[in-house]
Amino acid sequence: MTTERVIEAFEVRKNYAGGTEGAGLNGFDLEVSAGTVTGLLGPNGAGKTTAVRILATLLTMDSGEARIAGYDVRRQGAEVRRRIGLVGQSAAVDEILTGKQNLVMFGRLNHLGHAKAVRRADELLERFSLTESAALPASKYSGGMRRRLDLAASLIVAPAVLFVDEPTTGLDPGGRAEVWSAVRELVKGGTTVLLTTQYLDEADQLADRISMLKAGKVVAEGTPDALKAQLGADWLDLVVTEQDDVQHIRQLVDRLADGEVRVDGLRVSIPVKDRTRALVEVATLLQGANIEPEDITLRRPTLDEVFLNLTGSGVPA
Amino acid sequence: MTARLGWALADGWTITRRALLHWRMQPWPVIFGWFFPVLMLLMFGALLGGAMETPAGESYYELLVPGIFALAMLFGLEATMTAVTTDVAKGVTDRFRSLPMSSAAVVLGRCIADLLDSAVGLLVLSGAGLALGWRWHGSMLEALAAFGLLLLLRFALLWVGIFIGLAVKNAQSIMAVQVLIWPIGFLSSAFVATSTMPDWLGTIAQWNPLSAAATAARSLFGNPDPSAASWIGDHALEAAIIGPLLLTAIFLPLSAATFRRLSN
Repeated sequence: MTTERVIEAFEVRKNYAGGTEGAGLNGFDLEVSAGTVTGLLGPNGAGKTTAVRILATLLTMDSGEARIAGYDVRRQGAEVRRRIGLVGQSAAVDEILTGKQNLVMFGRLNHLGHAKAVRRADELLERFSLTESAALPASKYSGGMRRRLDLAASLIVAPAVLFVDEPTTGLDPGGRAEVWSAVRELVKGGTTVLLTTQYLDEADQLADRISMLKAGKVVAEGTPDALKAQLGADWLDLVVTEQDDVQHIRQLVDRLADGEVRVDGLRVSIPVKDRTRALVEVATLLQGANIEPEDITLRRPTLDEVFLNLTGSGVPA
Repeated sequence: MTARLGWALADGWTITRRALLHWRMQPWPVIFGWFFPVLMLLMFGALLGGAMETPAGESYYELLVPGIFALAMLFGLEATMTAVTTDVAKGVTDRFRSLPMSSAAVVLGRCIADLLDSAVGLLVLSGAGLALGWRWHGSMLEALAAFGLLLLLRFALLWVGIFIGLAVKNAQSIMAVQVLIWPIGFLSSAFVATSTMPDWLGTIAQWNPLSAAATAARSLFGNPDPSAASWIGDHALEAAIIGPLLLTAIFLPLSAATFRRLSN
């Protein structure tokens, strides 16, 4: 197990003059270890894409420091570019060219010889299940296929770090599943991935660690489990059949709740500290009040709830 | 240093080949681009040509063909602009910028591809001109010099196109430029003597780099030129060299600066 830091960012700041082009960064810190997947999670306008573009040398920072594999992003751009792959928000492939022509071209631009570029293109097409559509122009590809081609193009020379910026935005569920399995495939190969997403389930599914971004600053960082444990109490969910019971339960459990009780239709969610005791006490209270719950569950908080706690604003799920 | 230059050339060639592959995958836009000036030639020559006066009563095509040559160079601007904007919008430019390739190569490849495109266009147009009765009366060398000057103008306009393409970033603005190209093209000696225009307009038209290219080409081909004597008309050859160099001197650094500003 190596603990080598492949991405380091310290106090990175970026202000857009007009403020229209993108979200700025406001003292952004990040550390990513080799061979892990880190999810950069945040709502639209939090600065996710700005962070990725600065780390990938596409954008210059106003102040701060950032290193990729030990190379300074500002002063050693060429060295950095030799070690990264970038999958941007819109699939950056040439739509007129075929999948294979795209990969051969990007191989040549990565300074592979022609024969080697062709061989690598075939390997990648195979690996991302695109062999059958290799001779079709990319404009004929589905959204998921195009994103997979984009992933393949960024893996021509195995990069030390792969930036994947909102890989499934705008894809249908089928496309999302395709891209997810493609990303998992990469991770098996040991690639370090920095993934930005505004989807909590995506970060939960793919990332080893998550950094939550709000207004250009990381507001929380850790494994998905640790984040949930650290930043939110456990929840006890009750589902009842009668609307009247909802208000009744609210009053009953108020004393037990470690925070604000939330109601969503016939579901009452109670934040609790001591799981077992809470379960017993709630069950006793219900019995005393003669309420028969439809369902009663103890669970860890969802990332959505964690996010709400941290930022005071929700994330589109 | 030599290694870097070597890679820049190799990468530039890869980008040129990309454009050539585009021609093969989608030949119609390119072919249309080559034949559109032929259509202009027919429209102006066959439809309006009868009403046109030439200095010594020669066929109007003698005067018109070099004018359309120059106009075709101007129309090439659209192709450059559109290609640049599309790459920026689709994120292809970002991908190039995140690769360990030479950034000069992106532009070099575009240059070679567009000049090739225009060279073929001139060939097609010459063929059409010859079929309609246009001739060159000078030596082969002079004819080649004329084509060289036209491509020099195209080279200069390429930088204008790259600059606009990088600066505007969206397709609507490109449309506006496409419309503006027409008055710019007509405000020249490409079709008629500038002396037939109102004085002030005629003066602007004389100084249009397009006029210099058309007049210089006419003189090298030995074709009649309708321009009344004027200082700029008498120095058309020099103007056809200096004008494009000046445009390049302005727009090449502007393009480079805009390309770098993509990272701000």
